[in-house]
Order: sequence, then structure tokens, then C-alpha cells
Amino acid sequence: MKSQKTPLHKVRGLGASHSGTGHFWRERVSSAALIPLSLWFAFAMLGLAGTREVTHLQFLSHPWNALLMAAFVVTTLYHMGLGLQVVIDDYVHTSGMKIFLLLLVRFFVIAPSVTCLFALGRIALG
Amino acid sequence: MADNPQIAGRERPLSPHLTIWRWQITMLASIMHRATGMALAVGAMVLVWWLVCISNGPDSFNGLMVYAAMPLGLLVLFGFTFSFFFHFCNGIRHLAWDLGYGFEKHFATKTGTLVFVLAFVLAIGAFALVWTGHGGYLK
Repeated sequence: MKSQKTPLHKVRGLGASHSGTGHFWRERVSSAALIPLSLWFAFAMLGLAGTREVTHLQFLSHPWNALLMAAFVVTTLYHMGLGLQVVIDDYVHTSGMKIFLLLLVRFFVIAPSVTCLFALGRIALG
Repeated sequence: MADNPQIAGRERPLSPHLTIWRWQITMLASIMHRATGMALAVGAMVLVWWLVCISNGPDSFNGLMVYAAMPLGLLVLFGFTFSFFFHFCNGIRHLAWDLGYGFEKHFATKTGTLVFVLAFVLAIGAFALVWTGHGGYLK
């Protein structure tokens, strides 16, 4: 049977989801970035476990640690948003609810990211 | 994001689902990957809360540590720790699949078992390290 797709549709290659492979690729790239960042995070969390607030402040006010913590949290939240979107795509099939939940996930990616950067800035600048 | 406009109120046949398949380690690992991912979403919120408390000063930080030291707090922290290591190890397994490695049936079962064992060992190991006084080395 002859394909009913228009040439433009074929070239775009986005299919029925309207978004193509972009989501899949972003999820893999962020997960690859999270491998080294997670190892550093585990090292930091074990090293801070049971210490007082001063130790946390000293550790996180070091530029490299602040930068790595910011990278870890923001990448984690980004990856979290992509993952939760898949869960919503899988289980929620009514348009209105789906859009609402996807927007809610966006909120829980952006708001904590900004909050984290603000907190780290506040720690770094004393 | 695909819309799914179906005729309301009509029973439609479903493909075989959780209730019909024999449980296998590969299937359990897949379900756990999603479950731990969702648990870690909550964990990410706690992580940001922790950073805010640090930036707020000792009173705020010590307030959070009171929650963390409670039995329920420790249980939740252990859950996050296990989820973290499970999602980390199984995530690497997924990335290997995406590169085309490790698809053979018996091998996939082995790596699935390995991920469970590793996640438990690493989570218990992390808690043991702190409890035996080997944590907190950044002082």
C-alpha cells in the first residue's frame, strides 16, 4: 500500500507523538552526565554525614563543590522531569489531566532548580 | 504527547499485563527502575530542602537533622539511598542496552540480579560506613 504520509511529514520524522526522538536522546544524555556527578554526590554525602552545619557551609562555599552540587541538582531535576513525563504519558490518557500534570512536572523542575541555585549562591557569598 | 480519543463507556480488550505474566527478575528490575525513579523525585525535593536549610543557618539545619535522625527519617533516608544506587546501577544497564550490549536473555537475567545485589550492598555499606564512624570525613 502506498504511504499516505506527505514528503514533509517523512522528512520531519516526528511520527504520532509530535516530538520525535528528542525526549529519548535528552534522557540518555542527562543520565550519562549523571554517572560521574552521582559518584561525586555519593562521596560528598558520605563525607558530610553526621557533621555540623559549619562543615556543610565550608564544603559548599568552595567554588568547585558549589559548581558540582549545582550541576548535580539541576541535571537530576532535568532528568527527573523527562522521566516523570514518560510515566504520565504511559498512564494518563485524558488530554486535560495530561497537560495539567505535565505543566506540574515542569514547575517541579524549574522551581527547585532556581531555589537550589539561590541557596548555593547564598552559601557561597556568605 | 499523543491524544487518545476513545469511545467512552465501551469495554475494550487489554493486552496481557502484570496479572498474567510469570514474575521474572528482568521484569522486576524494570518496574523497580520506574518506582525508584519516582521515589528519587521526592528525594530531589528533600535534597533542595536540605540545601535551603544549610543556607538558612544552624537553627534551620538542626531542625532538619532532627527529622533525619528519627526512626522514620532514617527509614526514608535508607529508601532514598537504596533507590539512588538501584537507579544508578540499573541506569548503566539501560545505557548498555541502548548501545546494543547485554540483550542476551540469560545475561540480562544475570545483570538484573547483579543490580539488585549491588544496590543492597551499596546502600547497606553506605549506612554501615556512617554508623561505624567512617563517614563525615570532609570535616
